[in-house]
Amino acid sequence: MSIIFKKSVPGRRGVRLPKCDVPASTEIPEKYRRLSDAPLVELSEIDVVRHFTELSLKNYGVDTNFYPLGSCTMKYNPKVTEKLAGMEGFASLHPLLPQLRHGDLLTQGALAALYDLEHLLREICGMDAFTLQPMAGAHGELTAMMIFAAYHNKKGNKKSEVLIPDESHGTNPSSAAIAGYEVKPVPTNRETGALDLEALRQKIGEQTAALMLTNPNTLGIFNSDVDKITEIAHKYDAQVYYDGANLNAVLGKFRPGDADFDAVHVNLHKTFGTPHGGGGPGSGPVGVKKHLVDFLPISRIVKRDDATYALDYNYPDSIGYIAPFYGNFSVCLKAYIYILLLGAEGLIEVSENAVLNANYILHSLKKEYDVPYLRTCMHECVLSAKKQVENGVHALDIAKALIDRGFHPPTTYFPLIVKEALMIEPTETESKETLDAFISAMKDIAEKAASNPDELHKAPVTTPVSRLDETLAVKSMNLVFPLDVNE
Amino acid sequence: MIPSDRKYIDSHEWIKIEGDLAVIGITDYAQDSLGDITFVELPAVDTEVTKGGECCVIESVKAASDVYSPLSGVIAEVNSTLEAEPEKINASPYEEGWVFKLKNLDTAEVDSLMDSAAYEKFLETCE
Amino acid sequence: MSYIANTANEQKEMLKACGLSSIDALFEDIPERLKPKSFNIPHGKSELEVSATIEKMASRNYSHLTSFLGGGFYDHFIPAAIDALASRGEFYTAYTPYQPELSQGTLQSIYEYQTDICRLTGMEVSNASVYDGGTALYEACQMAINATGRNRIIIDGGVNPIYRKMIHTHTLNLSIELCEVAVTHGQGDREKIFEALNKDTAAMIVQNPNFFGVIDDHSDIVNKCHSMGILVIQSTYPVALALIKTPGEIGADIATGDGQSLGIPLSFGGPYLGFMATRKKLARKMPGRISGLTMDTQGREGFVLTLQAREQHIRREKATSNICTNQALCALRANIYLSLLGKEGLKETARLCLNKALYMKERLKAIPNIKVYEDLPVFNEFVIRLPMDAGELAGMMIDRGFAAGFPLGRYYPGMENYLLVAVTEKRTKHDIDLFAETLEDALCQ
Repeated sequence: MSIIFKKSVPGRRGVRLPKCDVPASTEIPEKYRRLSDAPLVELSEIDVVRHFTELSLKNYGVDTNFYPLGSCTMKYNPKVTEKLAGMEGFASLHPLLPQLRHGDLLTQGALAALYDLEHLLREICGMDAFTLQPMAGAHGELTAMMIFAAYHNKKGNKKSEVLIPDESHGTNPSSAAIAGYEVKPVPTNRETGALDLEALRQKIGEQTAALMLTNPNTLGIFNSDVDKITEIAHKYDAQVYYDGANLNAVLGKFRPGDADFDAVHVNLHKTFGTPHGGGGPGSGPVGVKKHLVDFLPISRIVKRDDATYALDYNYPDSIGYIAPFYGNFSVCLKAYIYILLLGAEGLIEVSENAVLNANYILHSLKKEYDVPYLRTCMHECVLSAKKQVENGVHALDIAKALIDRGFHPPTTYFPLIVKEALMIEPTETESKETLDAFISAMKDIAEKAASNPDELHKAPVTTPVSRLDETLAVKSMNLVFPLDVNE
Repeated sequence: MIPSDRKYIDSHEWIKIEGDLAVIGITDYAQDSLGDITFVELPAVDTEVTKGGECCVIESVKAASDVYSPLSGVIAEVNSTLEAEPEKINASPYEEGWVFKLKNLDTAEVDSLMDSAAYEKFLETCE
Repeated sequence: MSYIANTANEQKEMLKACGLSSIDALFEDIPERLKPKSFNIPHGKSELEVSATIEKMASRNYSHLTSFLGGGFYDHFIPAAIDALASRGEFYTAYTPYQPELSQGTLQSIYEYQTDICRLTGMEVSNASVYDGGTALYEACQMAINATGRNRIIIDGGVNPIYRKMIHTHTLNLSIELCEVAVTHGQGDREKIFEALNKDTAAMIVQNPNFFGVIDDHSDIVNKCHSMGILVIQSTYPVALALIKTPGEIGADIATGDGQSLGIPLSFGGPYLGFMATRKKLARKMPGRISGLTMDTQGREGFVLTLQAREQHIRREKATSNICTNQALCALRANIYLSLLGKEGLKETARLCLNKALYMKERLKAIPNIKVYEDLPVFNEFVIRLPMDAGELAGMMIDRGFAAGFPLGRYYPGMENYLLVAVTEKRTKHDIDLFAETLEDALCQ
């Protein structure tokens, strides 16, 4: 391990700055001055470039190879989006410019892109309005829950609970809790893999503020009864939320708005091809139906009669500010470019191929692996390592063995309701030969699980480090490189 | 293996009455399902707790578990050695790994708890 | 262009392998009544055509103005090596490092970023970042509430007004009492602040430099708060920290801020980088991802995401926060920026900002009818009082090629004639001289 702080050489410089061209006599008054210099590294540019290139080689991305991480939609990210979003006209644009008097006229290009993207997302999801401000999927969930709370407060509804299926993402309950609601789980029907309607009828009531649904759900199953679910909820004026985590399965095939969902969030970094960046930045725009439009966060982008765009802050019922400005602008811009490139037919092809690829994997591996819900899946399939566990090989061992065979593992141990889950989302951009190579690696692992399980327990052996001790990490809490080692 | 000198509740805590105090910890089954315990957030002494209320958190690498107070009362003492050595709960859940002691008990509540035989039966229903 | 590799023939083969006759058969779970009522999206276009459209849009933005606009977000120099390194696909197209063996690059970079943030702020532990500086401040409030068991938050009026609005929105549905203390004479009003503190107070939030650019020593506030069991959260500007007293030095409990100034482009508001750092004893109350050093099965050092039991995939509704990712790519940029600039480079950048701002202040002071507001020590930003509406003046300056600064009237009623002016190392003496002359000229009209 080569930590950058160990490479520091006193006196070395990585950046040359211009000479000070004004009188340079000022000092911060002593009372306000930093007592000792910030102990940052001292390196040349080539030292820094080599260091981070070395780090990049210890990483794995979609550009490296197949990345079937379920629920994360790791599709190929077109390079042109990066190039265009990085143009000076966007990258150097100060977010406070439009807040100057007539300032919106200084940023018409940026506002036009945001306005258009909002309208494209409306049509894709069948909603009446969108805000692009939420900065991640979880932030979108939170925004929607706050909008629901504002709606109920305005109507004088006394609501205290949010219903969430037990297979849902962990962010759902925590977002509902921050919006001030108590969380009640609803079980999944163990036969169909979809939300249990009977259980829903028992749990729902006047106290229910909202129901959060993912469709297709985290098992990769489309719930054909969603319109019945929204109908049941609306009887109690409970708002129904569509977690768009799995929207990649249904572009042009199903729109949450058509099934009477009240609010939806989409993950631009999943469905609309913006890079995941090692964990962020993302973007989680929220769409709502008419009755919720007044509660959307400010600012909102409007088009004036003269076809110019402006930011409007005059929404007295708005929940207020959830982001400092207009969301993760450059992520939104990349998603906008992506939609322009693909167009209607392209988006439909995305879902068709994403679903085809997932089913191809499911059918190719159903003999070797247990399939808890054997039926046509959507964009991802969930297998279980139940058969392999009989030989002491767990989902985790299979994941690690895939690493040695050149692949990023699928999501393991999620959804929580499937034991030893392996959740595989191939995405539409992967070719048949890539899928075939993955399938044969999975078959090889299944075979090894029977013949030589110990080999799988030792995996991975081809990576810079082998399995790491997570207990030691928590106990030793070494979260910062200590100062006294190099100084 | 389940000590018969104490009582149990279905969220896998044990209760041992010592004079007018109740000593509380988690069972062997509970420590085993959590895995390597890495942190215990102990309650503050003198805090009032109610039966069934969350009163502390035990964390392992992959899980976090709330400890529910099996009885109402006031925290009399906590096992502060767990702050530095939380793994004691794994090694000795019924003895050195006790978590806290309660005072001001309600005897009627104590009587309603499961005995070791009943808990053993209950464990059979757990996966 | 849909970036799909498979040909029609390959799709047919795959369908056959699944025992299906058509693509439509894959979607039979979606009943007819749930099919889209419309899907009115334009046809797709080539990379060449879309590039032309977007380039035209970019040209409609006034990115060419000579800018003195700050307000918490600054036009600093970004070395070319940052783009070159951060755009490597191995970083760019990876996700959250769930598989540490394949993610040592991201995990080590987060660990180094955490170290950088601690060294800059003088704090003991940092997380891997949150969305932005405003979110970091809200999350710090939650931390303080969890740590103290109290629910009242006092906010100094010198804290960025946008952040104050964000905190207000995020706490609307929670039983949290917010209390804002107005600034007097450009600084935190000690008397009013001390009056607002009470036994229900979880935290006091201050900002340094404050929104008016004024630098302060908040040690007295920290001492008073600590004597009452109140935590102090200081929001700060990382470039200024090369020169000014750090949150660590004044004894603050939580340091937050936006890392935009550390090699991240302004990009019309995001993505940015919310940093959070704290004391060891509060580490477990801190939300967000954290990378930690450990050993592999062969005794080699390596990094993992750690302290995950606090997070929502395990704790669900009881998690410390609902945030499940970090701004990894922005944190990587900050890590590269601080490595390139280094100890001397960051200090030199900060000195350039300071000296140029003071030069600008002297130039503007010399203009009749302009007064510097409460002439207090500042870093690279200060407030001037104009003989006219600052918004109107800013409009006149745009016609002359300048983004003159931020008119304060929008967030501070009664301060309509005040303008907040920021200067970074990118502005030259020539820019400043020309600005001063143009401003004087504009005021004469």
